Parts: sequence; structure tokens; C-alpha cells
Amino acid sequence: MTMPFYVSPEQLMKDRADYARRNIARGRPVVVLGFEGGIAFVAGNPSRALHKVSEIYDRIAFAAVGKYNEFENLRVAGIRYADLRGYSYDRRDVTARGLANAYAQTLGTVFTTESKPMEVEIVVAEVGQSPDDDQIYRLTYDGSVADERGFVAMGGQAEQISAGLAERWEPGLSLSAALVLAAEQLTSDAAAAASPGQDGPAGVEQLEVAVLDRRRPRRAFRRLAGSLLERLLSPQDPTDDVPHTDESRAGLHDTLTGEQDGPANTDGTGDDTPAGEEDGPES
Amino acid sequence: MTVARTDPTSGRLPAAFLTPGSSSFAEFLTQHRADLLPGSRDLPAGRPPDAPRATTIITLEFDDGVLMAGDRRATTGNLISHREIEKVYPADDYSCVGIAGTAGIAVELVRLFQVELEHYEKIEGALLSLDGKANRLSTMLRGNLGLAMQGLAVVPVFAGYDLDRRTGRIFTYDVTGGRYEEREHHSIGSGSVFARGSLKKRWRAGLSLDEAVLVALEALQDAAEDDSATGGADPDRRIYPIVAQVTALGYRRISPERLAAAAQRLRAHDATAAGAGPGPAG
Repeated sequence: MTMPFYVSPEQLMKDRADYARRNIARGRPVVVLGFEGGIAFVAGNPSRALHKVSEIYDRIAFAAVGKYNEFENLRVAGIRYADLRGYSYDRRDVTARGLANAYAQTLGTVFTTESKPMEVEIVVAEVGQSPDDDQIYRLTYDGSVADERGFVAMGGQAEQISAGLAERWEPGLSLSAALVLAAEQLTSDAAAAASPGQDGPAGVEQLEVAVLDRRRPRRAFRRLAGSLLERLLSPQDPTDDVPHTDESRAGLHDTLTGEQDGPANTDGTGDDTPAGEEDGPES
Repeated sequence: MTVARTDPTSGRLPAAFLTPGSSSFAEFLTQHRADLLPGSRDLPAGRPPDAPRATTIITLEFDDGVLMAGDRRATTGNLISHREIEKVYPADDYSCVGIAGTAGIAVELVRLFQVELEHYEKIEGALLSLDGKANRLSTMLRGNLGLAMQGLAVVPVFAGYDLDRRTGRIFTYDVTGGRYEEREHHSIGSGSVFARGSLKKRWRAGLSLDEAVLVALEALQDAAEDDSATGGADPDRRIYPIVAQVTALGYRRISPERLAAAAQRLRAHDATAAGAGPGPAG
């Protein structure tokens, strides 16, 4: 048996951190930022099926950069955590802070005990009653947690993007102002990276956009796409917020597109209560 | 390392949370927290004490989809244990579930079913097909068979809008989890015999929503007249049946104002039919 070379703990941790940091910076960035009516998520992601931003629970969403299989695993674990908690206590007892702690412990344990750290950086965000109650937690590969105010950028040239956001972000932005700001920062990041196919303005099809909408009664997470997103991202267009009711379109109601292709809801059932606004049997 | 992995005090998410694979919350519970499943209790020998029971549910197809209505009464033996219980719940955006049988276990089952559908939706980013949902409910009922044999049976009825076939569909179940698709209309619970008679006479193809609400209220009223465990509309206390529709636009509960108006129409009609004037009423 040969003796392994001695590696100091400092060097070991530094190597792991460098490894994770390098691989995370390689991916396209994600920006999470508060606006007057909630929290917006903007990710550079051309895929319509492999999401970087997802719903966790009624008021909680998840955004990640890094290795897809690793953050997808964490996303599913988060949904299981939240649903289990909500099922055994109450829906109101599921909090972003609890989930962020569970994620932090998991990432931290993996970082110190396993051969390879997770190459991910994630944000857990919860929308509150007012902008002051909004919570944005940023978790890094080593399990450290930061409670962020206002905005976070991860992945790519995250530091430049953060600097750009710090200059121009302010509380009480409208949704369209927040989205335009985030899209510009992502575009300048793509230009700085200057890799082929990524330069030029970030078009709508290159972006994955979602919001946690404060005014929705229960499930606050909605993806934005189609003409609604184009109008929000165009500074000339007067659209500056999302509708707070779902489109009358058959199928999953997780995306707002601004296009109505189903029958309009005009049969006088406006005062009836849709499923999403009704309490479960527990109350 | 192994200690950290299994020690619940470390705060780390247990391995079961990070295992890839299942999109089913019920399966996750079975593996990780089986004690939280509705049917997992071990009952001591002997007859269980009387527990509140929920009764009549009516469901019928109409022009745009399906309608489900349930009365508000729960009974324990010969006593009315609850006057405002809700027995019709949204399962997700495109389906609803009504319960008859032991109320406590049924409500627990519905909660689990709701979480199950939402859990799948979040993990997969897609809706389950209507048949898929109906089968999931079947699987959950099977877990309850042990309790059913002790007299704590739950019998749900499931209705929803099939987005592929563009039509409303109704599924009924037996205590063993057997699943049966019904056509046109169905009713379950203690007053179902009387309600079904009423439905057979009143239901026709192509009912509008307002007509369907009237047919459902009338059937519940008929059940309430002959079955002591079914409660009728109670305008004095403003208690009306829970009525919900599921169409291409999704689940919507009919507002109490609208039900009050429908109940009013029904009473006026009954009064005329009771023959205040001479001769057969028109």
C-alpha cells in the first residue's frame, strides 16, 4: 500500500471550491430581482423544456445555475420537502427559510464529505405580503447562505451583472422595468463572453422568464412567454404588469402568454370560485 | 459519513428526498413517511366507534362539462354531527372529487389526492391525463381496504374534463379501489337511490349550466326528503349544497347567490306544482 501524498485541508477545500466555481461560471447566468408586485426571474436559457426556474410551493420558487442533473435533483427534493411539510402541518407553514436551511445543510455536507462538490448555485425566493416581506436566499456550492435584498445574479460573469444591477436597481420598479434591466444585464454578459451564437441582444427566445406574483391568492408562480413577454420587454409598449388571472385556455395554467385561444369567460360565472382560490379540505 | 446521511438532526435532506425517479407524492410517503398515509393505521380488534359519515353526492354531465353537487350534512348514527360539511372538492384545475363514507378518512384521502396531483404537476411540468388521475385515486383507495373491512369505508366519486377528448367524464369507485366509468349521471351515498330516480327523469343530453344546477338541486332535494342522512337546502341559515362545474375553462364552484336563486326557482315551481290552484299544475 502506498501512502497518499499529504494535502493540507486548506488546499483540499480550495481545490474543490475552485473546481465548483469554474464550472458554475461556465453556464449562462440567472438574475432574480424584486419588483413592486413580486419577484421576477430571468435566465439565459434557450430550452423550453429544461428549466432553470421552477415553482416549489404556493409562494416559493427556485432558480439555479450549474450542472443540470444536480440542480434538478435538488429541485425535486425541494418540492418533496415543501409538499411533505404542507401536508403534515399546513400550507402556511412552508417557508423559504426552512427550505434554504435544508438545502444549505445538504450542499455543505456534500462539499465536505464527498469526493466532488455540487456544481450548482441556487436561489430560493418567497414572495410576501409587501416588498419588505419578500425573501431571497442565495446558496452556493459549499452550503453558505446569503439573505439577499432586492436582487441576485448567479452564473456567467455574475459579478459584473451584480455591479450593473446595484447601479440601476431600486425598490418599487415596475415589472417591465425590472425585466428590461435584467435582460440588458444578461445581454451585456453574453457580449462579454463573446462566444459565438451568444452575442447580440438576448431575444425573447433566449430567455426563460417567470414571476412570483404577490397578488395571486394561492399559487403565485407563473412563467411568462409569447407576446406578453415581448410587450413587457419592449420599452415603447405600455404593458408594465402581468394579468392576475389565468388565461382561459385549456391545459396547464402555468404560463401567461397574452394570447387567448379558448372561449372567453363571459357566461356570468365571474363570481364563482376557481380551484386555485379555494381552500383545501383542511380548513 | 453514514452518520451524517441518516442522522435526522444534521438538517440535511434525507436520502429519500434526493432519490431520482418517482413523481408521485403518495409513493414518496410510502417509502419515507408511511405513517402519514390515510390507510396506514392499525386498528385494535373490535368494532370501531361511530364516526361522522358523509352522504349524498350527485354528478352529471352537461353541455360544457360535468357538474358535481353534494349536500352539507354529516351524521353519526342517528345524530346530525355537522350541518355545513363540504364533500365536493377541487382535485386540481380540471377535476373534482366528492366523498361519501367515513368523513375523517375521506377528507384525509382528498387532501393527499390534491397534493398528489399538484406534486406531479410541479415535478413533471405537465398535467396528468384524466384517466391517470382516476387511476391514482384508485390506487389510494386500495390502501384503505383494511379500514373499510372494519367499517370505515370511503367511497369517492371523481369527475373531470378530459382535455384530449374535450368532454366531461365521471368515474365511480368501490371500496376495493375498483374504478368504473359512468355515463350521463351518477350519484353515491345514502340518499343516492332517491337522487338517481330523480336524475333519471330530469336529466337529458345538452343541458345548459343553469338547467344542470336545477336538476342537481332537485335530485338532492328528493334525496333529502326521503333520506334522513341527506340535508336539503336551508335558506334560513343560508346553507346551500356545494355545487361545482368542471369545463374546458377549469374547475369553478357555483356561487351561493346563484344557488340561492336556483333554489328559489325550485321552491316556486314546487309551490305551483303542489296545486295552489284547481286542476293539474302547468
